[in-house]
Amino acid sequence: MAFVIVTAIIVIGTVLWNFVSPWWFSPLASNWGFLDTTILISLVITGIAFVLISAFILYCVVKFPYREGNKSEYEPENPALELKLTIITTIGVIALLAPGLYAWKLYVELPVDALEVEGVGQQWVWSYRFPGEDGVYGNTSGRLFSSKNTFGLDPDDPYGQDDILIRGGEVHLPINNKVVFQLRSKDVLHDFYVPQFRAKMDLVPGQQSNLWFEPTVLGTYEVACAEYCGTGHYAMRGVVVVDTEEDFKTWLAGQPTFAETMNEGANGEQIVQTLGCVACHSIDGSDGIGPTWRDTYGTNRALASGETVVVDDDYIKTSIVNPMSQIAEGYAPVMPAYATLSEEELTAIGDYIKTLSE
Amino acid sequence: MDQNSATYEGQKMYDPKGWWDTYVFSQDHKVIALQYVCVALAIGLTGMFLSLLMRMQLGFPGLFESIDAGSYYQDVTMHGMIMVIYLLTALFLGGFGNYLIPLMLGCRDMAFPFVNMLSFWMYFLSVIILVASFFVESGPTGAGWTLYPPQSILEGTPGGDGAGIILMLASLAVFIIAFTMGGLNYITTVLQSRAKGMTLMRMPLIIWCIFLATFLGLLAFPALLVGAIMLIFDRVLETSFFMPEIFKGGEVLDYGGGSPVLFQHLFWFFGHPEVYIIALPAFGIISELISVHARKNIFGYNMMVWALIAIAGIAFIVWAHHMYVAGMNPYLGFFFATTTLIIAVPTAIKVYNWVLTLWNANIKMTVPMLYCLAFLVTFLNGGLTGLFLGNVAVDVPLSDTYFVVGHFHMVMAVSPVLALYGGLYHWYPSVTGRMLNDTLGKIHFWITFIGTYLIYFPMHYIGFLGVPRRYYSNEQYDFIPQSVADLNQFITVCALIVGAAQFILLYNFVVSLYKGAIAPKNPWGACTLEWQTLESPPGHGNWGEQLPVVYRWPYEYGLPGATSDFVPQNVPDEQIT
Repeated sequence: MAFVIVTAIIVIGTVLWNFVSPWWFSPLASNWGFLDTTILISLVITGIAFVLISAFILYCVVKFPYREGNKSEYEPENPALELKLTIITTIGVIALLAPGLYAWKLYVELPVDALEVEGVGQQWVWSYRFPGEDGVYGNTSGRLFSSKNTFGLDPDDPYGQDDILIRGGEVHLPINNKVVFQLRSKDVLHDFYVPQFRAKMDLVPGQQSNLWFEPTVLGTYEVACAEYCGTGHYAMRGVVVVDTEEDFKTWLAGQPTFAETMNEGANGEQIVQTLGCVACHSIDGSDGIGPTWRDTYGTNRALASGETVVVDDDYIKTSIVNPMSQIAEGYAPVMPAYATLSEEELTAIGDYIKTLSE
Repeated sequence: MDQNSATYEGQKMYDPKGWWDTYVFSQDHKVIALQYVCVALAIGLTGMFLSLLMRMQLGFPGLFESIDAGSYYQDVTMHGMIMVIYLLTALFLGGFGNYLIPLMLGCRDMAFPFVNMLSFWMYFLSVIILVASFFVESGPTGAGWTLYPPQSILEGTPGGDGAGIILMLASLAVFIIAFTMGGLNYITTVLQSRAKGMTLMRMPLIIWCIFLATFLGLLAFPALLVGAIMLIFDRVLETSFFMPEIFKGGEVLDYGGGSPVLFQHLFWFFGHPEVYIIALPAFGIISELISVHARKNIFGYNMMVWALIAIAGIAFIVWAHHMYVAGMNPYLGFFFATTTLIIAVPTAIKVYNWVLTLWNANIKMTVPMLYCLAFLVTFLNGGLTGLFLGNVAVDVPLSDTYFVVGHFHMVMAVSPVLALYGGLYHWYPSVTGRMLNDTLGKIHFWITFIGTYLIYFPMHYIGFLGVPRRYYSNEQYDFIPQSVADLNQFITVCALIVGAAQFILLYNFVVSLYKGAIAPKNPWGACTLEWQTLESPPGHGNWGEQLPVVYRWPYEYGLPGATSDFVPQNVPDEQIT
């Protein structure tokens, strides 16, 4: 009897929970409301199956308890009943599958008149590229990546010169405009996911994947990486700002083209953004995978080896080029070595970190 | 155990000479089964401990300074791999398979006893290699149990640039060798060594389940093996099977031209059948237990067998439902969603036939039966949420969120473990000759059943909200409210209680070995052959001089005209009273 009571509570609780749960779909901000509908359809159909079958189990337990000397009914087969159940199940499955496949058709057919954005992932930051005035992306190659050419664009391709590069993890999009994201990764798998947009797609190095949606509500949304991508996975946060058409245009006009970025001198702030340093080293003083950079220049640092060193230019440079040699106490030895940065770039990073302690 | 050299049916039995031969390098399937069970439970406890470390970080972030992001991901990875491969696969097939196949089919041992022994020792070696990775510099791999390249073999992932990932892959390769040796044995024994009268359609359903699960394993594990070997090549020899051009740490790496998605196809071509390699033996245990303890013939035996065969077949063409948003050709989604939902039909038939077995039955609420019924509720829940994730577009918002964590723990962690516990309580008397303590069993049951439901059920709803899985910390995200942190605390407390409760089971196991009530020969009144041996527990060679002869199917409960409410398989019609 205890089993019947407890299980009944569990089953009823499971159903009721759907009406009182403090956690539910985050507020919808894109065209993909139909995906929510498919979840609701699934909840109703599977909920009915769950309740009916559980209730049948509990009924049997109450109705047919063991009595010494009793014998159960001998009924090895009942083909008619089995056929009926199979048909009912098949109908239920079709009722689930049809809306699912229909929604998938909408999801994978990319609109032709959409705004195009390229999303680029790397450990552990997001960056983006718009095709620029000519509306055509410049060619890219995995061989052309460098700490300066962070999108691997072909410097000789005329279509690439006007491509607009968004470095630093925040992208703006115009409201009520279909957007096609062409996704690629520089290093490992990532997944572009904005909970309020519902849409989601992996970024795979060496190939392109696609995703489309239409933002429908103004606001600022978080991008959360949804494919495990190494130690900093959980810190791979980006931001999408949905603007009015005008605000979007103003914002886009303020972003540098590829040609402009190639002519920049070494800029520490830019380098740490594009290399993704800030995913682990905060600039606001909060603790992360690695030590914060805020107010740290010139202070003493205890190392895992037991030594203590002063955070100066030398220490910063060594920590970038050969991080394992001087792991700070209390932090995991997980930082990749950035051995190919030029002396000029290393100095620029050091200078930038210095400014965070003023 | 019978120590005399014996010749049966014109063949000389394997003849243990002394303690080492009898208990350590034994070729007796029952001893090998026990060895599998003990090693699997030991490594399973380690896996559970790792999950509690994870839960401590999620519930009480920062409380333990030693759990940093790197070690958290190592715990996640090793927990997953240990539970799926080294605990459940090994325990169900190596443990239950080894013990039950010869006893239930009425033969003296496995077809190849020596290979059977090697299988265990290879498994043991794979566990040793796995555990060794905890002790190397930079520790075990933290690549997630799916081991997706490129990150799994690069720095930036714990163990990716150290020995961790290599040991993981090597351990898997050794495990697959062990599995292949055991598996060929199970298949051959089922096909060749059945007792007279034991037709295929008179085999107990659990033997069908183990047989088909082994078949799945033998066909699926090679995909993982080649994947693992190619990944080791990519890591050690710098080949580029799975590695495209990569820019990392400020430089372009020496890779190019490979495809990370290719690995995912290989992994899931193994990985999805693997779900059924675990689920089918659990189905089998439930089929046995529900019939014995409800004192009722299993409903629709033929349909059950055909449903199993259908599941085993379709299991090979659903793998890419793990990859809907992985960047493969999106049109494949239509195919894999359809096959995935089709597999729900035979699975539903299994569930219907279990619950219909309860109709007009004579239900004994024993501890194994409690586990059985709890399995039905949990499996139903976890199976139904699978219809969300298999249905392609519905999967998009839910993929890689806590909904997935809730779903697969319900369906392939809690459910198989409940079946496993039911099975352990059920067959313990056959193995040891003693009964387990009922009260301890019930306490263990209630904490495990309610506790696990409270752990995994709410996860589905933070999945709706969009909380991503495999996050060391949620603090940075504004869309994740404080209530999620509170829930995480609650779940952690539940997990600690459930974790602690497993020691009740262990205690019960050990103490009952010495103090448990002496078990009657067939304590549950079961029809299957493993309870009809001459000695109880069965001795070496299982059957004494005479092999049993089978006259009927294994579920002869409530047969009209018989005085007893069950008729064992080896009782001929004329002896029914």
